[in-house]
Amino acid sequence: MDLQTLIYLFVGLSFALYIGIAIWAKAASTKDFYVAGGGVHPIANGMATAADWMSAASFISLAGLISYKGSDGGAYLMGWTGGYVLLALLLAPYLRKFGKFTVPDFIGDRYYSNVARTVAVVATIFVSFTYVAGQMRGVGIVFSRFLQVDVNTGVYIGMGIVFIYAVLGGMKGITYTQVAQYTVMIIAYLIPAIFLSLMVTDTFLPQLGIFATTTFDFNDGVKVIPQGTYLMHALDQSLADLGFKEYTQPGNLWNMFMLTVALMVGTAGLPHVIVRFFTVPRVKDARISAGYALLFIALLYTTVASVAAFSRVNTIDRIQNVEYKQWVTEGVKKSDGRENHGSWFRTWEKGSLLAWNDRNGDGKIQYAAGKAFDNAKGKPAFDGDKVAPDGHRLTTNALPAKGAKPFDNEVYIDRDIIVLANPEIANLPNWVIALIAAGGLAAALSTAAGLLLVISASISHDLLGKVIFNDPATGKSKLSEKSELMAARLAAVAAIIVAGYLGIHPPGFVAQVVAFAFGLAAASFFPAIILGIFDKRMNKAGAIAGISTGLIFTFGYIIYFVFMGGDKADYLWGIAPTGIGTLGMVLHFIVAYIVSRMTEPPPQHIQDLVESIRVPRGAGEAQAH
Amino acid sequence: MTEEKAKAYWRENISTILKLLSVWFIVSYGAGILFINQLNTIEISGVKLGFWFAQQGAIYVFVILIFVYVRMMNKLDEKYDVHE
Repeated sequence: MDLQTLIYLFVGLSFALYIGIAIWAKAASTKDFYVAGGGVHPIANGMATAADWMSAASFISLAGLISYKGSDGGAYLMGWTGGYVLLALLLAPYLRKFGKFTVPDFIGDRYYSNVARTVAVVATIFVSFTYVAGQMRGVGIVFSRFLQVDVNTGVYIGMGIVFIYAVLGGMKGITYTQVAQYTVMIIAYLIPAIFLSLMVTDTFLPQLGIFATTTFDFNDGVKVIPQGTYLMHALDQSLADLGFKEYTQPGNLWNMFMLTVALMVGTAGLPHVIVRFFTVPRVKDARISAGYALLFIALLYTTVASVAAFSRVNTIDRIQNVEYKQWVTEGVKKSDGRENHGSWFRTWEKGSLLAWNDRNGDGKIQYAAGKAFDNAKGKPAFDGDKVAPDGHRLTTNALPAKGAKPFDNEVYIDRDIIVLANPEIANLPNWVIALIAAGGLAAALSTAAGLLLVISASISHDLLGKVIFNDPATGKSKLSEKSELMAARLAAVAAIIVAGYLGIHPPGFVAQVVAFAFGLAAASFFPAIILGIFDKRMNKAGAIAGISTGLIFTFGYIIYFVFMGGDKADYLWGIAPTGIGTLGMVLHFIVAYIVSRMTEPPPQHIQDLVESIRVPRGAGEAQAH
Repeated sequence: MTEEKAKAYWRENISTILKLLSVWFIVSYGAGILFINQLNTIEISGVKLGFWFAQQGAIYVFVILIFVYVRMMNKLDEKYDVHE
C-alpha cells in the first residue's frame, strides 16, 4: 500500500476507536462529566494522565528541542517528569481526600473566600487556553502534513473530533479515550525509536542505544568518524568539527536550575493535571495513580534523549554534501552502499519548515553552525513559489556574512520537524510513518480535550455554580444538576470554538506563552495548595496576598522581557523569563507567610478541614456540594 | 483518633516526605545540574555520567521514588489505623 493510503487507514482506525469509546462512556451526571464518576481504576487513570500530560509538544517538539540544545535540554526532561514526584508526595493524596471537583474549589473552600475562588478560576482559564491554542495548532500541522489538507482545515477536523468526545463524554469519555490515545501514542513513539536505534547503533532498546557504538563510517563533512566509535563521542566530535558547541557540554547552569524548578513546580500546579487525581476512588489510589502516570510518561521521556542524539547524527549523515537535485529526485548511495533518498527534504521545503541556500553554488548541501539566511533567527523568507532550476525554493533573504568555520552553513531546519521527519530521513517503512501521524494526533487531541474540560468545569462549576448562581442562604448552587450539566456542555462548546480560533489565528507567540502557563502555575497554584495543606495557620489574607504577589510579579516579568522587548542585560540575577516562575513561587511563599502571621488565624471549621484532609480514612466519593 | 496520635502520624508522614524529597533533589538538581561537570569526568561506554542523570537517570529514580512512597505510606496508614 502507498504511504497516503496507510496514513488514512491508521488515522481513520484510531479515530473510529476514540469515537466508539466516547459513545460507550457518555456522561450522564455532572459527576461523570467533571470527575468520571470518581471510579476510575488507578492504572487507567495513570494512562489517561500520561496522555493528558504529553501534548503535541512532548510528542512532536521535545526531541527536536533536546537535539538542538544538547546537555541543557535536560532541564525539560527532568522538569516535566520530576513534577510528578511533588504531585504524588505533596498534593494528590490530600486533594483527593478533600474530595471536590476542581482546583478553584479547593482554593475557594480552604481560604473561605470567593475572591480567591474567582482569581483561581481566571488563572485556570488563562493557563489552560494558553496551552490549548498550541495544541489546536499542532493538530492542524499534523493534519496538513499527513492528510495533505490546509492547516486551517486540519484545525476544523480536530475541533469536530474533540467536540464529539469532550462535549458528550465529559471527563468519563475523555478518560477512557485517553487510555486508547496513550496506547496509540506510545507505540507510535517507540517503534520508530527502536528502528532508529537499531539503524544507528545496532541496539534494540533506544534507552541503551546511547551507550553503544556507531554502525557506519560517519562522514560529518570535515572528517570521517570511523564505525565503532561510541555514539556520544561521534556526536560530540561531529558537532565540534562543524563549529557547534559539543552536545554534552553544559551551558548556563544557573538558568538550567531555575528553569527546571519552574517546570517541575509548574507541572505540579497545572489544573488539568491536578484534576486527574479527583477521579480515583480512594486516597491510596491517588498516590499510586501518580506513580503509574509517571511510569507511563517515563516510557516516552527516557526515549527522548536517545531519539534526540540519534536524529542529530542521522540528519548530519544524510544531508552533508549530497547533490540536491539527484538526492531529492532519484536518491543517492552513500560510499558504503547505504540508500539515501531526499524526497522528505522536498516535502518539508514545501511546508516552509526546511530551506536550502546554495551559497557556494556547488549544487551540494552543506550543514554547519551559523545562519544560512540573513534574518535575526536565520529563518528563510520564501519568494512565493519560485524555485531554482534544480528545484529548490528561492528566498528573498540577503546572503549572510561569509567566512564561517569550517564552511558556511546552507541549511535551515525547523527543529519541530525532527520527530515527524526522522522516519523518512532514515528511510523507514511507510507504515512506521503512518503510525507517527496517528501518534501525533493522539498526543495533540488528548491534551486538547483534557484542557477544554478543565476550562468548561471552571466556568460551569466554579464561576456559575459557586459564585454567580450561589444561594447565600444555603451556600449551594441555585442551578439544578441538569442545568449545570447543560452549562458545562455549552461552556465546552464555547471553549472549543475559542481554541479553534486561536489555532487558526495563532497569537504569533505560542511558543513564548508556554513559559507563561508554567510560570503562572508555579507562582500561583502550587504554593497556595501546599500552604493550604501543610500550614494550618495559613489564612485568607495570606493566601490572597501570596497569590497576587506571585501572579503579578511573574506576569509582569514575562510581559516586560518577552513582549515589550526588555534587554537581556537587565534580567534580575540573570534569570531568563522561562525560569522566573521559580522566583515568583519563592516570593509567594514569603509574602503569604508574613501576611498570615500578622492577621487573624483561620476559623475553627477551616482548621478542622485541614486536619481531616491530612488523614486518608473516610475519603468517600468526590462531592458536588 | 486521639490528638496525640494524629500529631504522631503527621510527623512521620512529613519525615517520610522529606527523606524521599532529598533523594529527588540529589539525583536531579545535584547530579544533573549542580555537580554535572564533576560527574561528567566519569564516563560509561562513552556517556558522561552527569549528562546521563540529567537526560535519563533522574527519571528512573523519580518513578522508583513514587512507588517507594506508596509502600511506605500504606504501611504508615495501617500502623496508625487510618487506612481505607
